[in-house]
Amino acid sequence: MKAVTANRLDDGAVVYLGDDDQWTPHLCAAARFDNADAAPVLAAAKSRTAEITDAYLIEIDGEGAPAGRETLRETIRTSGPTVRPDLGLQAGASQ
Amino acid sequence: MYRYDEFDATLVAERVAQFRGQVARRLSGALSEDEFKPLRLMNGLYLQLHAYMLRVAIPYGTLSSKQMRRLAHVARKYDKGYGHFTTRQNIQYNWPALVDTPDILDDLADVEMHAIQTSGNCIRNVTSDPYAGATADEIEDPRPYAEMIRQWSTFHPEFSFLPRKFKIAVTASDHDRAAVKVHDIGLRLYPNEAGEAGFEVLVGGGLGRTPYVGHVIRRFLPKEHLLSYLEAILRVYNTQGRRDNLYKARIKILVNSEGADRFADLVEAEWTKIKGRGVDLPAEEAARIRAYFAPPDFEDLSDRSEKLEAARAADEDFARWLRVNTKPHKAPGYAIVNISLKSIGGVPGDISDMQMEAVADLAEAYSFDEIRATHEQNLVLPHVKKDDLHAVWSALGGAGLATANIGLVSDIIACPGLDYCTLANARSIPIAQSIAERFADLGVQEDLGELKIKISGCINACGHHHVGHIGILGVDKKGEEFYQITLGGSGAEDASLGEIAGRGLSSTQVVDAVEKLVGFYRGNRQDGERFLDTYRRLGAGPFKEALYEAA
Ligand code: SF4
Repeated sequence: MKAVTANRLDDGAVVYLGDDDQWTPHLCAAARFDNADAAPVLAAAKSRTAEITDAYLIEIDGEGAPAGRETLRETIRTSGPTVRPDLGLQAGASQ
Repeated sequence: MYRYDEFDATLVAERVAQFRGQVARRLSGALSEDEFKPLRLMNGLYLQLHAYMLRVAIPYGTLSSKQMRRLAHVARKYDKGYGHFTTRQNIQYNWPALVDTPDILDDLADVEMHAIQTSGNCIRNVTSDPYAGATADEIEDPRPYAEMIRQWSTFHPEFSFLPRKFKIAVTASDHDRAAVKVHDIGLRLYPNEAGEAGFEVLVGGGLGRTPYVGHVIRRFLPKEHLLSYLEAILRVYNTQGRRDNLYKARIKILVNSEGADRFADLVEAEWTKIKGRGVDLPAEEAARIRAYFAPPDFEDLSDRSEKLEAARAADEDFARWLRVNTKPHKAPGYAIVNISLKSIGGVPGDISDMQMEAVADLAEAYSFDEIRATHEQNLVLPHVKKDDLHAVWSALGGAGLATANIGLVSDIIACPGLDYCTLANARSIPIAQSIAERFADLGVQEDLGELKIKISGCINACGHHHVGHIGILGVDKKGEEFYQITLGGSGAEDASLGEIAGRGLSSTQVVDAVEKLVGFYRGNRQDGERFLDTYRRLGAGPFKEALYEAA
């Protein structure tokens, strides 16, 4: 399974393309695509250049968590730096 | 300290205004990301894993209290309350919003700071000895030359699109604290036999994918010809450096493919053409710049401070900090104070806004308003009276800044690695933290002596692992973090590149590995030997054996 990720243009925050076609900071709310369907979705996302930058596909598992070779990198992107648990989305989750 | 003249001020203000317009056009969609990216990079704005990152220049690592307070203000107002000092005497903010950057740059411009020359294929922010103007072992203050290079290189039209980035470092001491041998150009000011000061010029050093120690291409360059000679080097590089392959575009590749002698000849030929044609500074202008760096008004003091000796005798923690973190000053009765940004378990180089304010207050009260950033990711108060050292130490302790570990095993250089950096293969910071925690006891650390551990999260080598006594490089092995150890590197006057020790290690193994290496050193060192000396005497073999011996 794949999801589309990018950095939001105005503040650089990590975002994902949601089911409603809006950008969300929550990976759990990201739309999931079969590998075969993902390419055209990414192409469409990339064209939204006034909203985001650096869009690409990430691999996710059936639960919607990062998977595959880039698991650690994508986990850090979605949660925050592992050395600063007080920052990033992980901070909100633990409050 | 150098103060902006009208030209500097106008240049920086115009650049901010221009960037404000570019940001507005990007946000409105008038500029595409492809068009905008080179523009933001020219203003020090990168995109990292979680957010943008703004790199602010601290030319030759010198800053005032006012500037440090402004850095604290930026951290508080626009970022998440901290900044990160880098291995090039710069500071990075990890969370600025694109929409705020023009305001940040305006706030910085108010105190004569900017993000120019912190990115792109230009001559980057020039670096120097953090003890400049203070250390007993320099022949003169190298910063006026660094400032001349800054003025010459800023927006130099001919050198705005070099094949790759270009880094220059200057020192004026025998003891190299600026890593001049691993820069594109390294300059070492020294006296010749006639007692005149001139530069030894090294070219083609560098780390990254293909590391090299620089070659001397000129033994003695009279000071007044500095800029014309640099211009000649840059011209040869700009026209003959490779542009077809990103990995072969640095000057080190050109110097090493041509050979240092032939490269020196090319420079000499170019220099003959431009020497005496108005590139070098007129003597009055050089004197004007030098005057900004006149020594502060040191008091006439005895070198021995009774107050200091009493405090030293009364408190062993203070005594240790004196031994480890302070260095001899050229003025009697003064000392150089190193502020460690490597608290045990902390993030190397990180500093909070409150700590920045504390350092600014101390510099104002006790160090003629001067602060330095070091390439080892620490800070320096260059001119502290010995009588004041106890007060400074106490205040630093209150701010969590008095760790007595300068140059020791826990004074680790670590790049941001996979916690922040898009290019990373593996994390650097947690490795540094685990090693520091393993050797937490400061008495043990002091006994081990100088030991430089340097960690990079990928082959770009921002953590200078090639020149670590023990270097650690993050590599990616099928999606797992792995680390490769190099041994025997040095970035100082005895520069050398580390040798790869053997197969990669997992993050849990790497801390044990460092402990084994250190244990082997401790068991085999002779009197007064540093880790590096023992390594050089015994060779790589026994260290590798110790490293990979079955647990
Ligand atoms: S060495 Fe690599 S991982 Fe570390 S900061 Fe540089 S580019 Fe990033």
